[in-house]
Amino acid sequence: MNGAQDLGGQHGMGPVAPEKDEPYFHAEWEKRALGLTLSCGAFGAWNIDESRHARESLAPATYLSASYYEIWTLGLETLLKRHGFVSAAELAAGQMLDKGREPKRILTADMVPGVLTKGGPCDRLVSDQPLFAAGDRVRTKNFNPETHTRLPRYARAKHGVVERVQGAFVFPDDNAHGKGENPQWVYTVVFDGEEIWGEGADPTLMVSIDAWESYLERV
Amino acid sequence: MTSHSGDGDHHHHDDHDHDHHDNHFSAMQARVKALETVLTQKGLIDPAAIDVIVDTYETKIGPRNGARVVAKAWSEPDFADWLRSDATAAIGSLGYTGRQGEHMRAVFNTPETHNLVVCTLCSCYPWSVLGLPPVWYKAPPYRSRAVIDPRGVLDEFGVTLPEGQRIRVWDSTAELRYIVIPERPDGTDGLDQKALADLVTRDSMIGTGLAKPAGDMR
Repeated sequence: MNGAQDLGGQHGMGPVAPEKDEPYFHAEWEKRALGLTLSCGAFGAWNIDESRHARESLAPATYLSASYYEIWTLGLETLLKRHGFVSAAELAAGQMLDKGREPKRILTADMVPGVLTKGGPCDRLVSDQPLFAAGDRVRTKNFNPETHTRLPRYARAKHGVVERVQGAFVFPDDNAHGKGENPQWVYTVVFDGEEIWGEGADPTLMVSIDAWESYLERV
Repeated sequence: MTSHSGDGDHHHHDDHDHDHHDNHFSAMQARVKALETVLTQKGLIDPAAIDVIVDTYETKIGPRNGARVVAKAWSEPDFADWLRSDATAAIGSLGYTGRQGEHMRAVFNTPETHNLVVCTLCSCYPWSVLGLPPVWYKAPPYRSRAVIDPRGVLDEFGVTLPEGQRIRVWDSTAELRYIVIPERPDGTDGLDQKALADLVTRDSMIGTGLAKPAGDMR
């Protein structure tokens, strides 16, 4: 979706302002927000693509004025309500009103090291051979779905070169919406800065994205 | 990027009289507390699990992991080759695996090319080797500018690249997570891997910094 999350190339966002010796957390609630997000992810009720879509679906003014742990928290509330684990009334009241849905799995303290060490690999076996090979010239498609996609606006309808076949991975555009994993080949595609930004582009710049096969067409 | 007014990050910085703010809860503190309370009452979460998660990322998984990867790559050409061809396995051999490091790729700086990593669409970052990302990495200024004005961004980090060195920006749009292998500083021939790792900063593995010069070990 063309939401506030698709930031590449936007102007006016201000200086990067790196913080010297930045702590991992700036407030206690950020620690809890991280832990809650991971704990609820362990329910197995949604996947990382649906999570990302919940966050990018925040109203642009909210998204752009929120810190990232705030974005996570708001996205988590959306997911918990959507999947029947909590209600808006419970969040407002700050206490349980109904038992609600039971998850497949509840993350307990003893499970945490194993879960973090294992992670959530999303490479998959596919029977098709990759359509493209390193060195192939490709053009990214032009589309503007209201649904989730990982092809940023700045890289749509652009000519580039396949640098590497990265493997086959779950297709987020489908997986975010409960349409199945439908894995596809993923390619690193490199663009000249001028192809993307045109006049005045940094002549020494190259930008790459990792693109699912259906984002690409041969030229 | 600041949060809404009243956010816990910033409420200590204002100039107002704090006398009536005893036991003050910021909006986000209260919101997250309410969420945790509801989930705990329902038995859906184990608050102790959250403590373990936080402790893991505060004390066990951080950029020292990545620094050891870089130092080994500088010291052992075979390991560097392995990193180039299969970074996930090479990094996994040091015990660094798991969440947000499942699929790794290492990109090597050279005199010809400087690499810079960003996630314009969200906050993708190689947790297994760098830990949790800094705020600026996840905020709109870096995400918007890294792909269009990387030299301007680097300037804010105090980094000026040699004229003619190309800059390659890697936008982490899929599930591959990138670690930059910075160039090895001059004058470090005699150093062991532990000493070399001390020269490797977090930012040098994102591409917003360079490795520290020899003799600048802290």
